[in-house]
Amino acid sequence: MNRPGTGDRGPGTGNSGRRPETPAGGRKRVAVVIFPGSNCDRDALAAVEAAGGEAVPVWHQSADLAGCGAVVLPGGFSYGDYLRAGAMAAHSPVMAAVRRHAAGGGAVLGICNGFQMLLEIGLLPGAMLMNRTLRFICRDVHLRVERDDLPLLKHLRRGHVLRLPIAHKEGNWFAAPDVVRQVEAAGAVALRYCNERGEIGGEANPNGAINAVAGLVNREGNVLGMMPHPERRISALLGGSDGAALIRALVEAA
Amino acid sequence: MIWNAPATAELAREHGLSEQEYQRILADLGRNPNLTELGIFAALWSEHCSYKSSRAYFGRFPTGGPRVVQGPGENAGVVDLGRGWVCVFKMESHNHPSFIEPYQGAATGVGGILRDVFTMGARPVMLLDSLRFGALDAPRMRHLVDGVVRGIGDYGNCVGVPTVGGEVDFHPSYNGNILVNAMCVGVARADRIFYGRASGPGNRVVYLGSKTGRDGIHGATMASDVFDETASAKRPTVQVGDPFTEKLLIECCLELMDSGVVVGIQDMGAAGLTSSAFEMAARAGCGLTLDLSQVPAREKGMTPYELMLSESQERMLLVATPANVAPVLEACRRWGLDAVEIGTVIPEPEVVATFAGQPAFRLPVAPLVDDAPRYERPWTPPVPAAAVTLPPLHDRDWAADLRALLGSPVFATSRPIWEQYDHSVGASTVVGPGADAALQLVPGTSIGLAATTDCNALACSLDPFNGAAQAVAEAVRNLACVGAEPVGVTDCLNFGSPENPAVMGQFVAAVDGLAEACRAFEVPVVSGNVSFYNETSGNGILPTPTVGMVGVVPEVRHHPRARWLVGDAVYLLGPVEGEVGGSRFLQIALGLEAGPVPPVEYAAERRVGAAVRDLVRLGLAAAKDLSDGGLAVAAVEMSGGAVGCKLTLPRGVSPVRALFGEWRGAFLLASPAAFEPALERACEGLPLARLGVAGGVKMTVTLGGRNLIEEPIAALSALREGSLTWLSGV
Repeated sequence: MNRPGTGDRGPGTGNSGRRPETPAGGRKRVAVVIFPGSNCDRDALAAVEAAGGEAVPVWHQSADLAGCGAVVLPGGFSYGDYLRAGAMAAHSPVMAAVRRHAAGGGAVLGICNGFQMLLEIGLLPGAMLMNRTLRFICRDVHLRVERDDLPLLKHLRRGHVLRLPIAHKEGNWFAAPDVVRQVEAAGAVALRYCNERGEIGGEANPNGAINAVAGLVNREGNVLGMMPHPERRISALLGGSDGAALIRALVEAA
Repeated sequence: MIWNAPATAELAREHGLSEQEYQRILADLGRNPNLTELGIFAALWSEHCSYKSSRAYFGRFPTGGPRVVQGPGENAGVVDLGRGWVCVFKMESHNHPSFIEPYQGAATGVGGILRDVFTMGARPVMLLDSLRFGALDAPRMRHLVDGVVRGIGDYGNCVGVPTVGGEVDFHPSYNGNILVNAMCVGVARADRIFYGRASGPGNRVVYLGSKTGRDGIHGATMASDVFDETASAKRPTVQVGDPFTEKLLIECCLELMDSGVVVGIQDMGAAGLTSSAFEMAARAGCGLTLDLSQVPAREKGMTPYELMLSESQERMLLVATPANVAPVLEACRRWGLDAVEIGTVIPEPEVVATFAGQPAFRLPVAPLVDDAPRYERPWTPPVPAAAVTLPPLHDRDWAADLRALLGSPVFATSRPIWEQYDHSVGASTVVGPGADAALQLVPGTSIGLAATTDCNALACSLDPFNGAAQAVAEAVRNLACVGAEPVGVTDCLNFGSPENPAVMGQFVAAVDGLAEACRAFEVPVVSGNVSFYNETSGNGILPTPTVGMVGVVPEVRHHPRARWLVGDAVYLLGPVEGEVGGSRFLQIALGLEAGPVPPVEYAAERRVGAAVRDLVRLGLAAAKDLSDGGLAVAAVEMSGGAVGCKLTLPRGVSPVRALFGEWRGAFLLASPAAFEPALERACEGLPLARLGVAGGVKMTVTLGGRNLIEEPIAALSALREGSLTWLSGV
C-alpha cells in the first residue's frame, strides 16, 4: 500500500470533531502517525490489523488523530534525522494532537524513532545518545519485563523475558542522575535489556543505556516508549511472536 | 572553458574519447560539436554507460523463459512470481567511487540500485551486497571496509529497505580496487510495471527530486578509467547521497505510478540528465526538447555542461501527458520534492536543448545510445589452471588446517557487517543475513522471495569458464537451502582493463561459463552490469563475475533452519569427496592459489537440489551446501557454535577430499529421528550417506576408526570472530 499523500486525507481525518470511537464493525481504531521518513509505518499498520484493530494512517500534518483511541508513533527516520533523531518530528502539527490525546489519558506507543520523539516532546524523561559503539545495531535482544500492572503491558508478565529486534543508532538512553533516580523511584522503566536468563548488565546491554533502559512509561502509565520493535515480531514464521502481546494490549486500550 | 566553445581533438582526449571516436562524432554530426555536446558524447560513449567492450557478448546469455516479463535493456529485469506478483531486480557496481570515498561511494551505490527498481513501479523489499576488499593490513583498507559498511547501512537503514544478504571476501588483488556491488529486489503487481520510455510526442518532461549540483560531474568517465597514484584527486567526481530524499522519492514515485499519471520514468544515474533523457528517447523512438534554464540548480551560474553531466543523486525524469503535469507537480509539492516541467516529447529522434533563451545543443539520439561504438576487443583465451603437485596429504593435523581456515578473514563471521544493517524492517524477513540465502515474504502473502549473491573469484582466476559456471551453481545451491527454486539472474561482471587481451579473454570465458550454467539450470539472465577498468597502476583484480539470483517458494509454511539441533541425524547428500583444486584449503592451509576447477555436473546437481528444496519446504531437514572450506567448514557453520557432532566418513575416502574438497554440489542435511524415513525416501536414488548425529560439545570426524578432527565446537566457532570485530566499534 501507499501512504496517504495529502495533509488531511486518510480515513476519518478532517478538522471538525472526532469520529465515533467504535464505528461499524466494532473494531478499535488505532492511529499510526506517518512522517515523511517513517519506515516502520506499514509494519505497524499491519500489526494493528493482525491484532484485530482498525489501523488508521494519520499524516503528520494532520491536526487530529482521526478519532482514534490509541496512537502509534512508528520507527524510521521521520525527517532524515540529520539533526537529533526525532527532533524535527517533535514540531509536526500532529504532535499537538498526540499531546492532547496523552493528556486525556489516551494510549500512546512510541517505537524506536517514535520513542525518540516522545523524549523530544517531553512526554517521557531523558534523551537518547548515540549507541556506545557509535554504530547502528540491528539484532535480537532480550528484554526483562518490569511492569505488568498497566493496560499497555497487561499481557506481559513481570520478570518474564521477551526477545525482540532492535534497529537503531541512537538508543542509548541518558538522563541526569536525579532524573534517573526519579524514573526508578516511580517505576517508570517498563523494559530492560537483559540476557536470556533475565540478568541485567554487561554484553546484554547493546547500546549503553543507563540502567539498561529499553522502554519507559509515563507516570500515568498511558504512554509507552520503547527502542525494540514489537511490530516486527508477530508471527513465528518471521522469527517469533513476542511483540504481539504489546500490540494487542494497545488495540484493547484504544 | 565556456560551455558552448567549439570542441577540439585535445579536449576530446581529455574527456577520455579516442581519436577514432572523435572522428566518428564529427562524421555523425557533420559538424564540430560544442563543449557540452562533447561532454555528452564522452559520458554516453564511456564504457560505463555504453558497454562498448562488453555489449557484443550479451547475446550469449539466455534471457527468455516462461517467467520472464522484462529481460535486459530496461532499468531492471522483471520475473513472474505467480498469483499476480512480479519481482524486479538488478545488481550494479559502485567500485570506483567507493575506493575514492568509501562512505559516499557505497551509499550512493545503494541509492542508485534502489532507483533502478522503483522506477519500474516496484516497491524495493530487499538489498544485498557483494563486497571485495584487499588484505586487511593493506594501506587504507580498514578505512575502506568501515566506510563502505557504514555507507551501505546509513543509506539502506534510512530508506527502510532491509539489507538481508550478500557476501564479502578478501584478497590482495583488491588492494587498489575494492568492489562494491549492490543488488535490489522489488515487488509489484504484474499489471503495474512502468518503463523508462519518453513516448507520445506532445507529452511533457518533468524533472523531480533533488536539485542539481556540481557533484559527480564525469562520474561515468571516471568509472571507465584505471586508477593510478592520483586516485584521491578524483574525489570531487564522487556523488553525495541523501537517503531521506530517496525515501521521499520512492513514496512519491510509487504514488504517482499508482495514480496513473506516469507515461514513462527513469532515474538520473550515471551521466545524470544526459543518460535519462537520451535513453528514454531512444527506447521510445522519439526525441525531446529541454529548457535547461528550468532545471532546479543547487548553486548559481551552473552551465548547460554542468547541468547535463552532474551526477547529483536522488533525481528522476518523468514523462506525463500535458493534462497530468499539474497533478504530478502537486504530488511532488506535498512530498516536499522539487518538480519542474523542463521539456516536451517530439517525434524527431533528437534532443534539442535551450539555455537562457538560446540554443544549447542539438544532438541525434541514435548515435549516442543504440549506435554507440561497440568493440570486439582482441582477446586471448585463458588457459585453465592445471593440476599441481601437492605435498603428501594423507597424514596431516586436519584440526590445525581447519583452525587455519576458520581464523582467516575469508571465513570470519560477517556479523559485525550485517548487524549494522537493518535487516528486519518491513516485517517480512524469514531468513536474514548470515545464511546461505535470504528469504522474505512478499508483503501480505505467503509467497517466499529468496535471493543470494555469489562468486568465488579465486576459482574464476584459475578458470574463468568453470569458475563462473560454479558461481551460478553455488547460487542455485544456496537458494535450495531455503527451499527456493531459481527464477532469474542478474549479474555484475567486475574485471580489469578490457584493453588487455588477457583480461578480455577472462571476460569472454566468464560470460560463456555463466551462459552455459544459466542455460543448464534454466534460469534466465534478466539484467546486469559490467565494471571494467578495476585496475591500479597495471594491477588488475581477480576476475569477479558476481551472480545475483532470485528464487521463489510458492508458499512458505516452515521456517528454514540452517543449524542442527541436539539429536539430529546428520546426512551428506551428494558426492562424499570434492576437488581440492582452487579450494580454500589449498589457498589458506597450503598457501597455494592453484589447481583445476572442475566443471559443474548439471544433471546431478539438479536432482540433488530438487530434493533439498522439497525437504526444506516441508520442514523435514536443515540444509547447508558444501562450498568454501567443504564439509569441515559447513559442519562448523551448522553447529551454530553450540552443538557439536560425531561424524564418521565412509571407509576408503581421501581425508582431504572428504573434509575440504569443494565444487561437488553436496549438502549437509540434519533431521530429527522422526523425519529420517521421510528424508531417506525423498533422497531415494541419490548419493546419500548418514554420517552421524549432532550433539555434545565437540566436533568429531572419524575415518576408518581414526579421529581426523576432535575439537571443542565453541573454540572452533570462536576462531571466526576474530577478524572483523573491530568493525563493530567495540
